[in-house]
Amino acid sequence: MPADDHAHDHGSELSEMQLRVRALETILTEKGYVDPAALDQIVENVETKIGPHIGARVVARAWVDPAFKQRLLADATEAVNSVAEFDPVGAHLIAVENTPQTHNVVVCTLCSCYPWPVLGLPPVWYKSAPYRSRTVIDPKGVLADFGVSLPAGTDIRIWDSTAETRFLVVPMRPAGTDGWSEEALAALVTRDSMVGTGLPKSPEEQKAEAG
Amino acid sequence: MTNSIHDMGGMHGFGPVEPEPNEPVFHADWERRVYALQRAMGATGLWTIDGGRASLENLPPLAYLAASYYKRWFLGLERRVVAHGLVGEDEITAGRALRPGIRLNRKLTLDDAKVMSFANFDRPSAGPARFKPGDPVRTKSIHPTTHTRLPRYARGKLGTVEAVRGCHVFPDTAAVGAGENPQWLYGVVFTGRELWGEEADPAIKVSIEAFEPYLVPA
Repeated sequence: MPADDHAHDHGSELSEMQLRVRALETILTEKGYVDPAALDQIVENVETKIGPHIGARVVARAWVDPAFKQRLLADATEAVNSVAEFDPVGAHLIAVENTPQTHNVVVCTLCSCYPWPVLGLPPVWYKSAPYRSRTVIDPKGVLADFGVSLPAGTDIRIWDSTAETRFLVVPMRPAGTDGWSEEALAALVTRDSMVGTGLPKSPEEQKAEAG
Repeated sequence: MTNSIHDMGGMHGFGPVEPEPNEPVFHADWERRVYALQRAMGATGLWTIDGGRASLENLPPLAYLAASYYKRWFLGLERRVVAHGLVGEDEITAGRALRPGIRLNRKLTLDDAKVMSFANFDRPSAGPARFKPGDPVRTKSIHPTTHTRLPRYARGKLGTVEAVRGCHVFPDTAAVGAGENPQWLYGVVFTGRELWGEEADPAIKVSIEAFEPYLVPA
């Protein structure tokens, strides 16, 4: 939904919030507590630097490099920080691997903890009451909301992010991608596939989207 | 408060999850500013991340549910700057500063903001970990009136320690200004049936990240 629709849905709240937030920023700036240029920089960081493209590169690397995958699953923080071309991700990152037997899904029932350094800021649905309430009790229903159905007999493992540990799902590599470059593979890795509410694109899906 | 509306795991009635195609990072400019204000004021070190969460959890339930995510952040931040004596209620009402600010020990500068950094909650341990992977444990049935990270649906339940995460800042004390009080943190897994009863799907397992004081041997 584009921003305009959202504004339409919550028109009165939006303008009230614009005024209240502007007032608080004015007060905090006038009192010398914040620097507006630093605030702009913080926004720029999350809008342009971090995002799911980082996680996608990590996953693609794991798909092509078994040694990296092993390190990632043993200690994701160490593994990601060891690759010079990746930005450091901070502490407490844990990678969990999907297999034909087990599908992983990440949630934070108590607030909205999310692996910012590798996925950026969370989408609205991740922070919503429906997702936070239902994922731990009815994960198949939640996956159905995303149009995902798993093969019969697949176990589902939910990771509730109740501390400062953060979880990244490593989805299964799609079939028909033998010999693909890391870069080409990264383009198949969706944000939702790294939260567990989606699957990576297949080469056919990617082709259909491009077509 | 902990038995409050934020602890949503297992609740019914909120309806379907509604994914938004091609979702932007922010949906309105004020959300950008709230995000940045929260990060910048957090950097002053005047409160902990747990204290920040607690201030959201203490919102009246109807206000919590009615507010969008960033509105909740805003309401919590507004409460916190007043509670810490940084801003007066009269200034919130006036929409401008009426007095000079108090001195801060730390203020986030533009140069600080240019470096993306993420907090580290690992701390040295005071003693050995009580549990190891494979140990059966039971979560305590606790209902503190202050902040905790043991969700209601996983209290009093039988689980298995799966991983030892190291020794981390303990949210229950950090949130109330009682210190970091580092505790061992574990990944503890439960069967769906243990959490949700005999009717639950046997294919489901749920894990939480549980601090040692939440656990007893089983």
